[in-house]
Amino acid sequence: MKYKRKKPKTEKTGRISRRGFLKGAGITAAGTVLAGSGVLKLQAQTEEKDKTLGPDAVNIKIKVNGHVRQLSIEPRTTLADALRKELQLTGVKVGCNRGACSACTVWIDGIPVLSCMTLAVEVGDKEVTTIEGLAKDDRLNPVQEAFMEHDATQCGFCTSGMIMTATHLLEHNPSPTEKDVKVALSGNFCRCGTHPKVFDAILDAARKM
Amino acid sequence: MNKFSWYEATSKVEAQREANSTVSETIQPDADPEAAVFKASGIDLLDLMKEGLSKPAKLVSIRNIPGMDEVSYNKEKGLRLGANVTLAGITANPQIKKNYLALHQAASHAATPPIRNMATLAGNLVQRTHCWYFRSKELVCFRKGSSTCFAHVGENENHAIMSYGYCVSIHSSSLAIALTAFDAIVEITDKNGKIKLVPMKEFFVLPSVDRTRETILKPAELITAVILPEPKTHTVSYYIKMGSRRSQDWPMAEVAVVAGLSGEKCKTANVVLGAAAPVPFISKAAIDAITGKTINETTATAAGEAAMQIAVPLSKNGYKIPVFKTIIKRAILSLGKPPENVIDWALPDRIH
Repeated sequence: MKYKRKKPKTEKTGRISRRGFLKGAGITAAGTVLAGSGVLKLQAQTEEKDKTLGPDAVNIKIKVNGHVRQLSIEPRTTLADALRKELQLTGVKVGCNRGACSACTVWIDGIPVLSCMTLAVEVGDKEVTTIEGLAKDDRLNPVQEAFMEHDATQCGFCTSGMIMTATHLLEHNPSPTEKDVKVALSGNFCRCGTHPKVFDAILDAARKM
Repeated sequence: MNKFSWYEATSKVEAQREANSTVSETIQPDADPEAAVFKASGIDLLDLMKEGLSKPAKLVSIRNIPGMDEVSYNKEKGLRLGANVTLAGITANPQIKKNYLALHQAASHAATPPIRNMATLAGNLVQRTHCWYFRSKELVCFRKGSSTCFAHVGENENHAIMSYGYCVSIHSSSLAIALTAFDAIVEITDKNGKIKLVPMKEFFVLPSVDRTRETILKPAELITAVILPEPKTHTVSYYIKMGSRRSQDWPMAEVAVVAGLSGEKCKTANVVLGAAAPVPFISKAAIDAITGKTINETTATAAGEAAMQIAVPLSKNGYKIPVFKTIIKRAILSLGKPPENVIDWALPDRIH
């Protein structure tokens, strides 16, 4: 891997290499700097004391859709904001930003969670999957195709969250009943009222998968 | 959200060394600007922070402390659920579904599927009330330090109908309703590492006792587990949540019933109501109405009627009384039946 970053502020804070999931540009660069200036011992002493990150921007690594990405964010940055604003993964939609609508649903280690109620800094070395990561070899996944076939979107704002939830359902329950689908999707709100077509699309996708 | 620093704790000791306040303290006017509070999944905490009600200077993550999400079983001690077990984890646990059905039902009907994948057991217990006046940054209500409870004369359709003092907020945790009915015990590790075992019914604090908080937790005290006692033979349970919608939404009324049956006869009973009072409300009247009696339509109806005798509804929430009467009756009549044979009132089977 090739890192090209500005020199980290290790002399002052000594923070960068502390966390397992922060192994990134920081570590290589910090190691070099510290070895060069002979402060390795000092760093070892402060290691135990100060694991605090922030409140200003910190460098983190995050695994998204199979790629390791690096970003500099404040601890208060939600995963949704980090994905959308820092990594340009704008398929993630933020509806209510309070965990009520599930439009921002992504997977962390394969489990659907709300990216607006998750802090980017807490993802650690877990794997994030967004709607952009579902297509394989330029082919949409069956749920995405079924949503198009059944015209299951109107404004489309809730769609990526719906598809993340539905794909997870079909991976764990390949032949769901209509009720299974409704229960699984019960957190995903569509203000346009596309729910009937969404259920049809998911049941159809299940038949084709 | 305000800016804050972040600390990922790898042990309870480390977490307790870093934390110096509670989320409830950060909502008060005299909040410590340097407050450091625990965060597990943080669903409720982030909600309070996004509203600007809570502005902690530091969040101490307890989410990844090893062992805190474990479930263990011991025939004498019962079932011990680690504080970080998720609601989805409770729902998926076959032992809970078999022996503690009401808890399974409460967990599987709370919030939404993605929230249940994130939210933890302890976080569910310590979430603050969802009274909309309390949750609004613009209004400094009685619980936040003023002398006015806006709900008393305002929009109070979701508020308490019993056991309230001046503050008429209702308690938010559905799991607490079921856990109280099972006589569960909260395991709290205090700042010195000493373990306190507190019965669930003593864990919550009425606003008339202390309006600034809802639980007995003090700064740096950590819930480490909830312990469910081994169920006695022929113990059955049932939980019903009634919301204005079938999916998501907070309950307008909820009930958990745990009973020891001998044939059709009810030997022991516990009836706990949620969305009725500022804390989980143990309905002694309903318990007395079925204890020692045969469970049937008449006794179940009588229990609902008895439970609502002491209700004093506010200007807009009188509708809760018939709802409570109905769900108490339905829950009692559902006791002991296999779940597939009873109607799951909260499942969204009539969305369209």
